[in-house]
Amino acid sequence: MRIRANTAIGGALMALLLGAALTGAFWTPFDPLRINLRARLQAPSSLHWLGTDEFGRDVLSRIMVGAGASVVIALVTVLLAVAAGMVVGCTAGYIRGWADRIIMAVNDALLAFPGILLALAVMIVVGTNKVGLILALGLAYIPSVVRVVRGTVLSIREKEYVEASRVIGNSEAYSMIRHVMPNAIAPVAVLATSMFGWVLLAESALSFLGLGVPPPAPTWGNMLAASRPFMETAAWLSIAPGLCIALTLLGINLLGDSLRDRLDPRMAHG
Amino acid sequence: MLGYLARRLAMTVPTLLLVAIGVFALVRLIPGDPVQVMLGDAADPAQAAQLRAQLGLDQPIPVQFMHWIAKLATGDFGHSITNNLAVLPLIIDRFQVSAVIVLVAVAAAASIAVPAGLVAAWRQNSLLDLSVVGGATLLLSIPSFWLGLLLLLLFGLKLKWLPVIGYVPFTENFWQAATFIVLPIVTLTMVEIGVLTRMARAASIEVLRLEYVTHARAKGVPEWRVLARHVLPNAFAPTWTLIGLVLGHLLGGIAVIETVFTLPGLGRLLVDSIFARDYPVVQGCLLFTAVIYVVVNLIVDLCYPLFDPRVTVA
Repeated sequence: MRIRANTAIGGALMALLLGAALTGAFWTPFDPLRINLRARLQAPSSLHWLGTDEFGRDVLSRIMVGAGASVVIALVTVLLAVAAGMVVGCTAGYIRGWADRIIMAVNDALLAFPGILLALAVMIVVGTNKVGLILALGLAYIPSVVRVVRGTVLSIREKEYVEASRVIGNSEAYSMIRHVMPNAIAPVAVLATSMFGWVLLAESALSFLGLGVPPPAPTWGNMLAASRPFMETAAWLSIAPGLCIALTLLGINLLGDSLRDRLDPRMAHG
Repeated sequence: MLGYLARRLAMTVPTLLLVAIGVFALVRLIPGDPVQVMLGDAADPAQAAQLRAQLGLDQPIPVQFMHWIAKLATGDFGHSITNNLAVLPLIIDRFQVSAVIVLVAVAAAASIAVPAGLVAAWRQNSLLDLSVVGGATLLLSIPSFWLGLLLLLLFGLKLKWLPVIGYVPFTENFWQAATFIVLPIVTLTMVEIGVLTRMARAASIEVLRLEYVTHARAKGVPEWRVLARHVLPNAFAPTWTLIGLVLGHLLGGIAVIETVFTLPGLGRLLVDSIFARDYPVVQGCLLFTAVIYVVVNLIVDLCYPLFDPRVTVA
């Protein structure tokens, strides 16, 4: 029962996020970048549902565009990390030997470093913009994918069906792509779900620090950072973007839980 | 034990070496001439040449690296470009602020999360379990910087119980210092409770299923004693490994909290130096954090046998 409730609430929250992001890509109630100093810091009203910010820009419009930015960054980053991690992890797990040992030594060294700091370090080199952010976060999260994929591949490659593929004369590469990789996808899917949440959180944290997507382009993180000086007089500016981040993370966490419970039913029913 | 210690210490060498290479390479990878970047476009050539020589940038890269490592070994992390202070004392000074917050928060989070997870697992799938898991998932989903802002809004601005901006060292005035760091600590504690509770619950569920628990119950051991004596210690071990990760996670995320609460900690120093292009300080901060992280995980691993005697360290 809990699995179904998790899936339903998580799915609804993610649908809300995707809906807002998709709508925001084509239409917003107001121009998210248009400055209107006469309408500064207005409280939520029937005209501006979530109020206006210190430049009189509509907060709801900015939230919708920010949703798009967050989804695109998180999605591309996760795809990048998963693709690169799958290739490296499969190679290491399948070839084994000293190549594996070197890859895993480097990988463990990278893992022994907090992800957000790694991303920060990369950001210094590639600069603060969307592409830099994706590269930085992608690189920061590749090591965890590599670790999971390699572990799975190591156990799968000893299975009879892989052995059989080899025995009937298929090449190593073919056996790996046709028989090993597809079976390594399930654990990666669970990891990718959680990773989407981590990346979204890391992106908004970096934007909050001023090291993410630069203003005036809205992201939830930089909106939150900009709201600080007006916290006392315009609390809605601090509440709306943070609530969006929290609800999105909640959705992802619930979906991730239900996915994990499905793959490992022991944890769901004791 | 000594053999294990030696092997475990040896494992940290490649990690630290790679971190050092990465941090060293960082400044060389920045597009453009670092000296030009540091001094700005209108730099005087003589001044540029002097800084280049001071940073050793006029020498071949491998020589620069060896020099750099040799200096690090003696504790010389270089000097800040903005204020010419020695980097290492600066970092240590700032680190004390971060360390107090992180350590207290982790200890508080663990002492709440482990019992909560245990009780939830004990009554698995009950209403109590559901609310503990739900609460933990909710806490897991709230970004630390937002929670910090909300607490600041409530206790600082609305209720005016606590100061909003500032910091006083503990050595100057203990109580005043405490008022400045109580909110950051509460924020971090709440965020980490989420992860730790879920871990403690999962570990407790595994342990509760084991035969020695059934055996203890069958021989008439009171239920509280079963939980306290047989389940808790065994469920704590996997949570303990996670504490190392949590500490690292906090060290990485501390910059955000220190920004929210305007605290002069290590994370804030790192971010400020990035903005100021003060690369010696950036390098120092990254290196220092990595070393702390490695040391913390080393300590966690070395303490592991204390909580799980089945793990022999022969």
